[in-house]
Amino acid sequence: MSPASAKPAAPSPTPADATHRWEVDPVLTVEHLTMRFGGLVAVDDLSFNVGRGDITALIGPNGAGKTTVFNCVTGFYKPTEGRIVMRHGRDGGDEAVRKLTESGEPWARTDAGGIFLLERMPDFRISKEAKVARTFQNIRLFSGMTVLENLLIAQHNVLMAASGFTIGGIFNLPGFRAARQAAIDKAVYWLEHTRLIDQADIPAGGLPYGAQRRLEIARAMCTEPHLLCLDEPAAGLNPRETSELNELLEFIRTEEGTSVLLIEHDMGVVMEISDHVVVLDYGEKISDGSAERVRNDPSVIAAYLGVEDEEVAEAEAEAAAAAARAAKAPAEESGDRP
Amino acid sequence: MAIARERRRGIVKRTMEYFVQQLINGVTLGSIYGLIAIGYTMVYGIIGMINFAHGDIFMVGSFIALTVFMIMLALGVTALPLILLIVLIVAMIFTSAWGWTVERIAYRPLRGSFRLAPLITAIGMSIVLQNFVQLTQGARVKPLPPQIQGGITLMQGNTDTGAIVVQLSYMQIIIIATTVVLMAAFSTLIAKTELGRAQRACEQDAKMASLLGVNVDRTISLTFVMGAALAAVAGVMFLLYYGVIDFYIGFVAGVKAFTAAVLGGIGSLPGAMLGGLAIGLIETFWSGYFSVEYKDVAAFSILAITLIFLPSGLLGKPEVEKV
Repeated sequence: MSPASAKPAAPSPTPADATHRWEVDPVLTVEHLTMRFGGLVAVDDLSFNVGRGDITALIGPNGAGKTTVFNCVTGFYKPTEGRIVMRHGRDGGDEAVRKLTESGEPWARTDAGGIFLLERMPDFRISKEAKVARTFQNIRLFSGMTVLENLLIAQHNVLMAASGFTIGGIFNLPGFRAARQAAIDKAVYWLEHTRLIDQADIPAGGLPYGAQRRLEIARAMCTEPHLLCLDEPAAGLNPRETSELNELLEFIRTEEGTSVLLIEHDMGVVMEISDHVVVLDYGEKISDGSAERVRNDPSVIAAYLGVEDEEVAEAEAEAAAAAARAAKAPAEESGDRP
Repeated sequence: MAIARERRRGIVKRTMEYFVQQLINGVTLGSIYGLIAIGYTMVYGIIGMINFAHGDIFMVGSFIALTVFMIMLALGVTALPLILLIVLIVAMIFTSAWGWTVERIAYRPLRGSFRLAPLITAIGMSIVLQNFVQLTQGARVKPLPPQIQGGITLMQGNTDTGAIVVQLSYMQIIIIATTVVLMAAFSTLIAKTELGRAQRACEQDAKMASLLGVNVDRTISLTFVMGAALAAVAGVMFLLYYGVIDFYIGFVAGVKAFTAAVLGGIGSLPGAMLGGLAIGLIETFWSGYFSVEYKDVAAFSILAITLIFLPSGLLGKPEVEKV
């Protein structure tokens, strides 16, 4: 079974006036990523960048391969082919990445932070060293543990090292006490920002749905990520909760300086907060650019409305004509998926 | 003659003293089962696998203890508390190493393969350990001269056929006290420390724990190490209490402890302790009041009946189907 391989490539001119952050200072670079499951090609030769400090949205119809991309980035899957580079600082130029790739090592520390080849790293190291955190489409909290404990688990490595692999913790040494207090302080900080502070000691499974979603984000933030990957954070939220989520993501981006990569079906969320949108369909990238540009891309509209390939060609021709007339391009909102 | 003996036993059995004595014996036996059962239940909790080699790890522990005892006696060490302490520590360390190795070579390579694979290697490891000990130590039972003798007389009663005495031996005190202390320490470790929290997290969702930076492989290894250390303590206690061991004790004790873990609710620590106690008591009372031959039948029947009414055991949480 081979997905439609004859998709017309998206027109990819970049506006000459603007240099985008994802081009000059990417935190994550996905290059020629391919993921096959037997005969099924879930992701096919996908390349895109995530800019440092940007909120980047990965969108596409159901089954487009968005979650597979997430799974490759966070080490859940090992990609069949391709390279996934995480850069902690700006100096990780192409030369440094090439050297690292040839050296066979999974990561290298540099003056500005480090370069990490995520496809070479096991998942716990991606979290611990490369500082990528993620949440899931279906909530995966430790439901039997308290809200606070969920946030402490996310700081396991710091606490484990401070407690001298539990020994110091048993004897409650001063170094460990300080580390534990710092961990609790950080947990409290995030509980306050997600308005969960009053529920700190109840089991996470007992929280209402919206609160569980916020707790997942708080837990991911407790790992101090450079890149936060959110898989449909707005799914199942009511409009008020959705707008609170937007605020939280803005806060994470501006105050914490954490780059955000999110999969989202709620176009309201995507268009409102994203700096950069990457559109997938059948495992291939069909559009990449600012929210405004992607919204008006005919191939995106076609993918979302599910039209035939000929119609895409027609739509593109129309769009080209429209552009030629310098008229307003079809400003149809790409509708929400049910 | 036979009738008179039967009559005498009947009278003895009806006394309070007899009951108390059985209770003490049952709690002692239950303590040993409980210590072994924790290893089963923790491993099941964290990777969902029955470690059938765990009973044999217990057996290896008792052999290591016997070896250390012999070395100490040969060296002329006479201070009993010192000997006990050293035997306990050395047995725990070496048995932990065995537990770690078994996990490393037989289970970790198969993680992520189909569910039956680690079960089969577990049975394989069990056979390997038994045969290894049989070959290196011989098939005959190994005796250890009684080290700790004497005890406290708790009750003394008279029946018309003779006196009956309730004895709590020092050995029983040591076994019960050690078990209580270890269980308390262990529960604290799981509930309060970083390692315990990581274990609980891996138990609930290993993949998620891993994505949060927890080294799941290491956490699992440490679980095996802890289980093996407790089994080593059980091995030392068994050796001291019964005075004879052979390469086969791991099988019987392992099955009993596994039963205890299931009865208490597999995956639950307090459940394993409770289950161990229950199996120990059932066995002892059945042997004491009915027949020694059918004590295993009684223990397993009660397991079966319990599971009919409480499918997840006494303290186990029912598995929630995730939708």
